[in-house]
Amino acid sequence: MSQEGMSNTAEAVATPNDWNGFVSDWASDKQTFSVPWGKAMMWIFLLSDTFIFSCFLTGYMNVRISTTEPWPFPSEVFALHLFGQDIPLILIAIMTFILITSSGTMALAVNYGYQRDRRKTAILMLITALFGASFVGMQAFEWTKLIEEGVRPWSNPFGAPQFGSSFFMITGFHGMHVSAGVIYLLVVASKVWRGHYESKGYEIVEITGLYWHFVDLVWVFIFAFFYLW
Amino acid sequence: MATAEGQQHPLSLYLKIWALLFVLSTFSYLVDYLQFEGYMRWTLIIIFMWLKAGLIVSIFMHMAWERMALILAILLPPLFLAVLVGMMAIEGGYTTMTRNIFFGPGG
Repeated sequence: MSQEGMSNTAEAVATPNDWNGFVSDWASDKQTFSVPWGKAMMWIFLLSDTFIFSCFLTGYMNVRISTTEPWPFPSEVFALHLFGQDIPLILIAIMTFILITSSGTMALAVNYGYQRDRRKTAILMLITALFGASFVGMQAFEWTKLIEEGVRPWSNPFGAPQFGSSFFMITGFHGMHVSAGVIYLLVVASKVWRGHYESKGYEIVEITGLYWHFVDLVWVFIFAFFYLW
Repeated sequence: MATAEGQQHPLSLYLKIWALLFVLSTFSYLVDYLQFEGYMRWTLIIIFMWLKAGLIVSIFMHMAWERMALILAILLPPLFLAVLVGMMAIEGGYTTMTRNIFFGPGG
């Protein structure tokens, strides 16, 4: 412990230039990101998730370009018959607004967390989780409707069979993220409620928020490329 | 801004961004509802998509207030995806062409 007074350079020179030195050079106590480690790790996880979702969306783009059959028109496939008329894409629009609303309540929860208002933080996280659960519910409804209409991963009555495989893969993986997010939110919210983070600080709410906003972010791209394009 | 107690910003900022996201989502829905077609449709979809994504990442996810080290570590790597998208678009076009030649009418 007495050597710690040395500068980084002196320390590097002091260690032997072999495998032990190599390890200590890379393992030495240098910090790159001036944020809590949990936040840095969440960002790195989200970066890897960005690549996964991008691969799915790129795969979807590729099969949509390369199919010689006409692509089903999402505006009509996802229309709902309400108030005596067909409204295009209405369920998807509602799902979009629900997810944005939940992002807003999450942002407020983060804010109240740092103000150390446990009650408001937990309640806002609970509301966020409820919005998330209702999103998953609507997605289940949408899947049921499409399956009843004969949409399968290998075929569908509207056109190119790749439509079904892209749809179930992309929205399924996103829905799984939302479901996991709801559980994550409920766990953290209950810990906030019990005062588990009074001594640790409330960074965890912001970290949970990062995940939740990311789920909303991915939906922005799915909405644009799968439903609107 | 990044103090010991983390990211603290005025509540009104979040509410404004929230309202803005609602407006932008309405616009993107209207692109479909008003049945814009062709390049106009694709341009509008992309504009509203990037505006929404930018607001979520910069304000809600606090990227605007993070240090450069974190911003670049997270936002630069996804740029490589543009290469993947470009290659797959070219490959998709080539596949369509060969399918049309071998399986299309008169093929």
